[in-house]
Amino acid sequence: MENLSIYIHIPFCVRKCLYCDFLSFPVCEEEDASEKKYLGKSYVNQITDKTAAQIDSYVNLIQKEITRTAPEYEKYRVISVFLGGGTPSLLPVGAVSGLIGSIRSRYRLAEDAEITVEMNPDTVTEEKLREYITCGINRLSIGLQSADDAELSRIGRIHDYGSFERVYETARRLGFGNINIDVMSALPDQRIADYERTLRRVTALSPEHISAYSLTLEENTPLYERREAFRFPTDEEEREMYALTGEYLASCGYHRYEISNYARDGYECRHNKVYWQRGNYVGFGLGASSMTENVRWTNPAHMGKYRDYVEEIGHSAGSGSGAVIRERETESFALQRLTAAEQMEEFMFLGLRMMGGVSGQAFRDAFGTGMEETYGGVIEKLCGQGVLMRDRDGVRLTKRGIDVSNYVMSQFLFD
Amino acid sequence: MAAIDQSRIRNFCIVAHIDHGKSTLADRIIEKTGLLTSREMQDQVLDNMELERERGITIKAQTVRIVYNAKDGNEYIFNLIDTPGHVDFNYEVSRALAACDGAILVVDAAQGIEAQTLANVYLALDHDLDVFPVINKIDLPSADPERVKNEIEDVIGIEAQDAPLISAKNGLGIDEVLEAVVEKIPAPGGSPDNPLQALIFDSVYDPYKGVIVFCRLMEGRVSKGTSIKMMATGATAEVVEVGYFGPGQFIPCDELSAGMVGYLTASIKNVKDTAVGDTVTDLNRPCAAPLPGYKKVNSMVYCGMYPADGARYPDLRDALEKLKLNDASLNYEPETSVALGFGFRCGFLGLLHLEIIQERLEREYNLDLVTTAPGVIYRVHKTDGETIELTNPSNLPDPSQIACMEEPVVSAEIMVTTEFIGPIMQLCQERRGRYVSTEYIEASRALLKYELPLNEIIYDFFDALKSRSRGYASFDYELKGYEESRLVKLDILINHEEVDALSFIVHADSAYERGRKMCEKLKEEIPRHLFEIPIQAAVGGKIIARETVKAMRKDVLAKCYGGDITRKKKLLEKQKEGKKRMRQIGSVEIPQSAFMSVLKLDDK
Repeated sequence: MENLSIYIHIPFCVRKCLYCDFLSFPVCEEEDASEKKYLGKSYVNQITDKTAAQIDSYVNLIQKEITRTAPEYEKYRVISVFLGGGTPSLLPVGAVSGLIGSIRSRYRLAEDAEITVEMNPDTVTEEKLREYITCGINRLSIGLQSADDAELSRIGRIHDYGSFERVYETARRLGFGNINIDVMSALPDQRIADYERTLRRVTALSPEHISAYSLTLEENTPLYERREAFRFPTDEEEREMYALTGEYLASCGYHRYEISNYARDGYECRHNKVYWQRGNYVGFGLGASSMTENVRWTNPAHMGKYRDYVEEIGHSAGSGSGAVIRERETESFALQRLTAAEQMEEFMFLGLRMMGGVSGQAFRDAFGTGMEETYGGVIEKLCGQGVLMRDRDGVRLTKRGIDVSNYVMSQFLFD
Repeated sequence: MAAIDQSRIRNFCIVAHIDHGKSTLADRIIEKTGLLTSREMQDQVLDNMELERERGITIKAQTVRIVYNAKDGNEYIFNLIDTPGHVDFNYEVSRALAACDGAILVVDAAQGIEAQTLANVYLALDHDLDVFPVINKIDLPSADPERVKNEIEDVIGIEAQDAPLISAKNGLGIDEVLEAVVEKIPAPGGSPDNPLQALIFDSVYDPYKGVIVFCRLMEGRVSKGTSIKMMATGATAEVVEVGYFGPGQFIPCDELSAGMVGYLTASIKNVKDTAVGDTVTDLNRPCAAPLPGYKKVNSMVYCGMYPADGARYPDLRDALEKLKLNDASLNYEPETSVALGFGFRCGFLGLLHLEIIQERLEREYNLDLVTTAPGVIYRVHKTDGETIELTNPSNLPDPSQIACMEEPVVSAEIMVTTEFIGPIMQLCQERRGRYVSTEYIEASRALLKYELPLNEIIYDFFDALKSRSRGYASFDYELKGYEESRLVKLDILINHEEVDALSFIVHADSAYERGRKMCEKLKEEIPRHLFEIPIQAAVGGKIIARETVKAMRKDVLAKCYGGDITRKKKLLEKQKEGKKRMRQIGSVEIPQSAFMSVLKLDDK
């Protein structure tokens, strides 16, 4: 039986972080942020009735999508579920367990499936954490980003380090045994020593997994507009922070398994790896992307269109899943059937994000031809440039190759 | 058609400074004489090429025959020959003038006499043309016709008090001009009974008729069946058709005779055989001597032209071949560059000519070109006594074999208002100009004369002149000759490899400055690579300037989501696509734009 991973997109946040260009909407009033620190209240209490109704309605839509498309995925065994966002932990009590429940009842969820929920510290309550445990969530991913409150406020995070620590400790107390902490480097006005302090404090908590990203300044974000007001680390400093991350985390027992992801042995994120290893995955919710059997598509990113799509599945429920697939052929799904050549390209440029690199045997298994036969010249050139290296069964990025990985990956595209 | 009375023919042209309204007046004359209704008139009928219309200049001479019913009750035949309006085409202008008996001098009522007004009017007077002035643009608020009249009399020394005051744009005063043509321009001389002697002042290639030769008959007659000979090129042919010029069309007739302007075709395959300035005569009854003034036209400016996409080399070759059919002054020969692959070394009359050819290749033939820095023809005297005409800097012999080098020098005339004399003199000084004289035209305007090396003015001199005089200076030049000069070849090394396409010849004193600027510019153009890239400028193996493109430190997408894979691929594709437009020099990829950008070193 083939494996499937499920992603569920919750596009709501208390408010948008200043660097964020993802598909998400703020649901709280701006002034709440400053009051909160003194009140110690959860933001969830400040969500208006109207917004709460919108969230409920969205959760219901996803429920429908999960339920109604289930027949399409009967042959799969679900090995991971990931609730991402946005801020899934913003959902009211009952919503997350409802979604997981739908999957459990309509899909073949593996015994040992990895089920992750992303959290923003200031939206979590003990009650929600208990709910997560009860419904089978076995992995938490907490967006901390920095252990420095000044840095947090510069990038528009709603929480401070203290509230993160409380959430973390509560989660541990309740028995969560697989926790990821997100941290960021290359923040505005951040010095290398500042970043090192964040790494120290985070590792002191001994999470199983750490995602450490460099901030990418995206156009059309408030931080981009205000970029002149800050000093951003130079490329050289940014790379130094990256090197520091690898070295320091290694000394604490974490290995880098993907460009920006580190784990203790046995705790690599299964869901994350599915993307790079080109496993089957389906995304539910607004703007969520899927790939099954070498076909990629993306749900509408517009709420009205997404709603229409989900309701349409309802009407054609009797006629099986054909209508859904037809619907995805329309322009708004950007459906793409990957050719063999495109599959090879993806195999290489996605696989190379993994520190283990790509396997020659896996290439041959997938395409019936050798990696060296297809890419020998490119591999030779890149190895000569010191950005790629051959190992027992395939190739992987060198240390220098990671720094310039876009260049390396682009070389695997066919003309 | 009834025989034309030679005394009722007027062959004339219009001379003016650029933008003073020459082509607009030509349009009005054609319109007034009823050849076209206003509705049929497209602005500036005589400027045929799209490019000419766009740039507002005449590139090829155009000619039109019109019939005018004068106030004296007679019908006159006017042959209006519109001459090219740029110094690059001075020789063509001189031949077109030689085909005329008189000229209308158009002067802008606000601007007065400019450098080209003088150059063109002197050219006309040199050809013994009867010149009468008209004052154009009198509708402008700043028009000052009285001042301009005085200026014409003082400076040029021709009678101007009764000059027609016109506005060609609004059709004002055109009748007066037409009457003046009848009165002031003499009828052509010559006799139909003498042996044929016709001046070629232009030719165009037609795929069906072969070369169409534009000529003015000085003596004799020509008709279908006449065996003709081109006296300078020696080509012979049998005339297939003769005729005259309707606006935008050729109208066949039975015979051309002395005094007339028209065309002939004779199944001639190549415009090379019908050089401008050559004399056509009757093979069986030749005239005693050719008409004076014939010159073989030489290219003044050379550059390399390469297809951006190497696979389109054959297309470029075909396109040049086609353009050459119509343009005897375009020269090209194949050359190979290590950096740019297969291309052509092309010779032009001047920079405008170069730009025109380049634009036509790009527009009409849809070619994407990489052009090397334009240069002039240097004379290299070798120690073994041999002299080389150098058109490609890469072919410069080893310095040990060079006895001395010479470069072309021009005599330049710059008309400028007195307040800008200082800045303009400084500009000429910077360009190694040798001061000759200053003549005051009136209290506020002067004519500066300089001798300038041609290579200092071929590209941005005109722009610099305009910017330093706030647009008031005007400029004209002619080749004076060759002079010895301290010249060196400046080489550019990228990652220690010499890039032949970037080499150029420069005066020893400017080598350092130019080298430094080149390096700076290239540093901006060359993207970071995986390794550090030194960019060096060298003269005779000695490094005189250096910049470094630092190694790419970082090119990584930290965060990448499952859903972003399509986006990620697009990013990678864009990155790769960018590389395709690069030229590979050793292990360095140089964008095409880098080769072009160094042409514009003085852009601030």
